[in-house]
Amino acid sequence: MEEPTEKKRIGVYICHCGGNISDYVDVGQLREMMESEENVVISKDVMFACADSNQKQMVKDIQEMKLDGIVVASCSPKLHLHTFRNVASRAGLNPYNYVQVNVREQCSWAHSDQPEQASYKAAGLIRAGIHRVVYSEALENIRISTQKSVLIIGAGVAGMKSALDLAHMGDEVYLIEKEPQPGGLVAGKGKVFPTGEKGSELVERLLAEIKKSGKIKLFTSASIEKISGSIGNFRSTIKTGDENPETLTLTTGAIMVATGAEPYTPAENEYGYHTVPGVITLTEFDELLKSCSAELKYAGKPVKSVSFIYCTGMRQSQGEHKYCSRICCTAAIHSSLVMHEKFGDVRAFHFYRDIRTYGKQEILFEKSSKSGDIYFMFQEKDPPVIEQGKNNIRIRVKDLLTRKTDLEIESDLVVLVTGMVPRRDSETVAQKLKIPVGNDRFFNEIHPKLRPVETVIDGVFLGGSCQGPRNISESVQSSSSAAAKIHAIIRKDTLELEPIVARINEEECTWCEKCAKVCEYDAIFQIETNGKIVASVNEAVCKGCGACTPVCPTNAINIALYTDEGIEGMIDGFIQQVQLKAAAKGEKAEEETAPSVEMKDFPQIWKSIMEEVREKPQTIPAIAAALSQPMELVTYHVMTMNRYFILEPAGIDDNDEYYLYKLKNKA
Amino acid sequence: MTEIRKSPKILVFSSDKISDPGIDQAGLRKIHYSPSIYVISLPCSSGIKPRWILHAFEKGFDGVFIAADGHECSYTPHCPELTNNIITEAQRLMKEKNINPKRIRMAAICSVCAEPFVNHMSNFSKILAELS
Repeated sequence: MEEPTEKKRIGVYICHCGGNISDYVDVGQLREMMESEENVVISKDVMFACADSNQKQMVKDIQEMKLDGIVVASCSPKLHLHTFRNVASRAGLNPYNYVQVNVREQCSWAHSDQPEQASYKAAGLIRAGIHRVVYSEALENIRISTQKSVLIIGAGVAGMKSALDLAHMGDEVYLIEKEPQPGGLVAGKGKVFPTGEKGSELVERLLAEIKKSGKIKLFTSASIEKISGSIGNFRSTIKTGDENPETLTLTTGAIMVATGAEPYTPAENEYGYHTVPGVITLTEFDELLKSCSAELKYAGKPVKSVSFIYCTGMRQSQGEHKYCSRICCTAAIHSSLVMHEKFGDVRAFHFYRDIRTYGKQEILFEKSSKSGDIYFMFQEKDPPVIEQGKNNIRIRVKDLLTRKTDLEIESDLVVLVTGMVPRRDSETVAQKLKIPVGNDRFFNEIHPKLRPVETVIDGVFLGGSCQGPRNISESVQSSSSAAAKIHAIIRKDTLELEPIVARINEEECTWCEKCAKVCEYDAIFQIETNGKIVASVNEAVCKGCGACTPVCPTNAINIALYTDEGIEGMIDGFIQQVQLKAAAKGEKAEEETAPSVEMKDFPQIWKSIMEEVREKPQTIPAIAAALSQPMELVTYHVMTMNRYFILEPAGIDDNDEYYLYKLKNKA
Repeated sequence: MTEIRKSPKILVFSSDKISDPGIDQAGLRKIHYSPSIYVISLPCSSGIKPRWILHAFEKGFDGVFIAADGHECSYTPHCPELTNNIITEAQRLMKEKNINPKRIRMAAICSVCAEPFVNHMSNFSKILAELS
């Protein structure tokens, strides 16, 4: 491993964030303090570090002052890490010689109750950033060529729709389905909410489009034998056909997993399933609704009343499925309404713990309530008891809606409202692709909100209900998102990966295999170099998690950007003693009355707005008209300027209609 | 004016994707915690080296807190076990240096765990204050 070259010419930029930081942290003093730090050649405080004007100035500084490292102390790196990496790149500085220090979320905001102490902490944080950049290395992104094709595993609606999305964008798609027919769970459904289209019709429509596209190759009765390679070049061995199986190898740039979920099968005698005749699951009930024509009959007997037992097998505080399956309430109510529509006067009783009919699905609940369906509420500790009655089934329940009254209902049919569970074969797929699986055994995305369709395996994406219970619309939304993400990656001939990977110090390595054993991704293997067996890292496969680093007995592994020197340097920076000048009395007040703002740091529209209100207070519509800008845009900027104490309200106009705004502190 | 050390100095190791967003949330919502708490974010808590923990104590930190990914880790389902091994090793090294093993603590912090993080910090600060 090469020793990092220490950086000697560092630029430090401390952001006011309009006041979000400088209201609590003494940015001016910190700027002065950092000027005298070793290796720092320029230290500035700026109103908005992310503003275009500042970015341009940073590029200029880097080039003119020949900076070899920069530190930006501003917001969380989650917001602007890439903004400033791009600034560095534009200036010809390696982007990994830039360090962002979080002095907003983890300092000024977190300690807004103790501004002086926040300043001390910020000093430590910035010093740590400087130490880190001193030991930073110029890293090159890993460049790999990529195939403009995608493998989609699972031809349910999610897989089919994303295949079409990708085909429309010009990508070649291999869509493989384990079953003889595509369509997954939806293919067997009757009318679906909210369109009223039958599941089978929906699948046929998608299938016709797939055939027409010419870009999608659909393989049914197909299974994955083996997957190797990495982003840009996955090699998948697929076995197709049951009778005369064929094996083919596909090379694709990315993989989308859309294997779906399956309905929960109740345990033997769970609510009388398989022991009390007439107790069936919701899936079985939907089949019954489809197969009966004039009259609803079960086992040859007419059905005049149906009881739905919600949350069957779900939300178990002690059991395997602790989660709410979130779609089954709507599915049950929808089936109940379909039953009323098709067979008229059949009574429906719903035994629920909580009803989850979110969004538009609330319409169904309202319709069901208005149609005369009766709802009973029970708790997990007092579930309904299902017994065989004389002529039908008896359900006993302690109903919360009637102050825990013990009620007894007789019903011809009991429908167990079962939710979605992960497919039994999902772990096989997880193992082949090394996708992490959650406690609920569904596949894990990187982050449910921030990166909802990506997995930690670069190039492997998730779509549909393999991530968790979803309705058709939600499944298709997620798989379409994944399709868009995939296309953004494979549309270029080459793609770049962050070089945050494990690196081996071959001199220190003794190949004890401990690193290889903890690696989830098989990224570490042995090689022989200069007659010595040492570890080596497959950079395209390594995820840079670092699990291999603490287990090394000779400390021969480091993760790029997270070296010992860098991390220990940060710790030294945190702990260093700091001296700040006490704020003189009245200084703060003076600052508030005359904020030291530099016009060049503002976006152009702010300057124009300030010009408009300089002489006389103006309303937002008047400013918008004068600047020929949309009202929404001007409103947004005026509100932001108000927040940052640049503008302030100055009464209401003559028509009592709009606020007037003026420059703050301008009488 | 000099820095007033009201509460113990704690070094927190967080993870980029799971616990660090949770700590950011605390700031975003202005749920205050001690300014003597400093955070280093890493890709995954299974990648913390015991020598870094030792270095923190040697330089003057009173406690080290690992805001672990726990079972939410997107890299490995063995993350809790691996992180636990790191703590065990760090505590062994701490004992050798006569550092009380109670000065290191771990809890799973998720990406929205703002209050739990602040509560952990408050409790840990109390424990450290009692130790010193």
